Amino acid sequence: MKRFTGFIKKEFYHIFRDTRSLFILFGMPIAQVMLFGFAITNEINNVDIAFFDKSKDVTTQEIINKISASKYFTNKQIIKNDKEIETVFKKGKVKAVLIFDKDFSEKLTKENKTTVQIITDATDPNTANTINNYLSSILKNYQLVINHQIKHSPQINPETRLIYNPELKSVFTFVPGVMTVILMLVSAMMTSISITREKEMGTMEILLVSPIKPFQVILGKVFPYIFLSVINAVVIVLLSIFIFKMPVEGSLFLLGFESVLFIINALSLGILISTISSTQQTAMMISLMGLMLPVILLSGFIFPISSMPFPLQVISHIIPAKWFIIIIKAIMLKGVGLSFIWKETLIILFMTLIFITISIKKYKIRLE
Amino acid sequence: MIETNVIQVENLTKKFGDFIAVNAITFEVKRGEIFGFLGANGAGKTTAMKMLIGISSPTSGNAKVADFDVFTNSEDIKKNIGYMSQKFALYDDLTVKENITFFGGIYGLSRKKIEEKRQLLVEELGLQNIVNELVGSLPLGWKQKIAFSVALLHEPKIVFLDEPTGGVDPITRRQFWEMIYKASNNGTTVFVTTHYMDEAEYCDRVSIMVEGKIEALDTPKKLKEKFKVNSMNDVFLKLARNIE
Repeated sequence: MKRFTGFIKKEFYHIFRDTRSLFILFGMPIAQVMLFGFAITNEINNVDIAFFDKSKDVTTQEIINKISASKYFTNKQIIKNDKEIETVFKKGKVKAVLIFDKDFSEKLTKENKTTVQIITDATDPNTANTINNYLSSILKNYQLVINHQIKHSPQINPETRLIYNPELKSVFTFVPGVMTVILMLVSAMMTSISITREKEMGTMEILLVSPIKPFQVILGKVFPYIFLSVINAVVIVLLSIFIFKMPVEGSLFLLGFESVLFIINALSLGILISTISSTQQTAMMISLMGLMLPVILLSGFIFPISSMPFPLQVISHIIPAKWFIIIIKAIMLKGVGLSFIWKETLIILFMTLIFITISIKKYKIRLE
Repeated sequence: MIETNVIQVENLTKKFGDFIAVNAITFEVKRGEIFGFLGANGAGKTTAMKMLIGISSPTSGNAKVADFDVFTNSEDIKKNIGYMSQKFALYDDLTVKENITFFGGIYGLSRKKIEEKRQLLVEELGLQNIVNELVGSLPLGWKQKIAFSVALLHEPKIVFLDEPTGGVDPITRRQFWEMIYKASNNGTTVFVTTHYMDEAEYCDRVSIMVEGKIEALDTPKKLKEKFKVNSMNDVFLKLARNIE
């Protein structure tokens, strides 16, 4: 035990004397949370829009006012002729143009049916989609109001209610994602680098010749990172609660337990990486390419898994991060208990066991 | 001094697939002896040594180190040997003091013992001014001397040195050998690999490995007589030519 504490002390010296690893450990998590929280967002606000009103009557004016008054759109320009439509888009002045035909109101009153054209700049497809949805819903709203005034013909009015994230704050989906990415990066990359560093420097050989057991070496390497990763997880959760007003509906204890489980999973992956790489460079490349990319792209963090092609959906199942994101979202936003997420928890546990088994096998082979 | 063997090796062999790295070597090392294990790069010295220190398992043969069998008791061997590799045995980002404390700790020395050893070491090597410096900032010669002392910290029966003087100046090398003599006088057996033939002259006995086999084993004096040359370097060259 005394050997072990001495070993851990040494690991902390390594970590705290290396500014690079200190930065990765503590600077990056905060920077990432801030970045994803503030800068990267799916919501749209103050989108510049232009109107081409050929009808020019009370109804169209009402619609224009309604749209301009919303916080989502800013009325940038009233277009006078067809040619201008292309110019405003090309100049990048607006993201959308709303066009009312000459007979817009006439049709509305006579035929009870009319059309309005929405043109959106789809160079950024996500934004274009969102703009479309927002505009359509404003128009629908307006329609409901006038329908009420005339009241006839049966109609179905969908009453939508968004639960768990009613304001559709994108930071609520980013925080679990960022937490996953950071725990994965810190735990897996940092341990694999720190183990391969010993190999590269030749000190691993010295340790193997000493009476300290290989598993003590590995445990000693892993322990400080469990500790630091837990601190990181706490920092991220605190930031999200106090800065982004993210709720934690479920139990903090369960959240802590699941995080530690995921951290151990990532650490065992780190050990696995270190058994197959002999230099720090390789370990870092494998961690970045082999872990970071799948974690960011295939875990459902940014792109929804259900809309991926089938083969990618299958691959996403073997990415531990995917299950962890499901778990933290469920705990933080839905407030569920273990009875709802035991399956995901078991999957992560199972993967961890597999990684550890392979690492032990590999480690022995290396010693031969 | 009692004439007992602390290392006993019989037909020790290591194969990597079809390649025979170490081919049935047989030798013994006596207590307190400075045993030079020579050979060109790739002759199999390091592989042979790795089997003796328990980090590589032999394919066949027998070997006992400090009375323990390398096949069955490698954990006991580890407690009784010290090791210094050709790369550095110390952590660059730890101070001299922290390195001593750490290595003392993993060999299970008590805190008091470590403290004692450290003070002794500081006095002997004159480390007063650098004991709190990071090892990475010290010159190579210092690092090697400290690494050697750290390998002796737990008073091992045998210390294995793998090319300990690679890349240092002749004066430091001379000082380093004085430390080796001192350890040997204190009863520690020194097993040293080197490819500096002048260093071979300092050893009590040397073995010369060529392509996985031990081709010569005797005192430097007798080897020179046998091959009718004036230096160990010439012994080595003659041996290598005969093989070709």
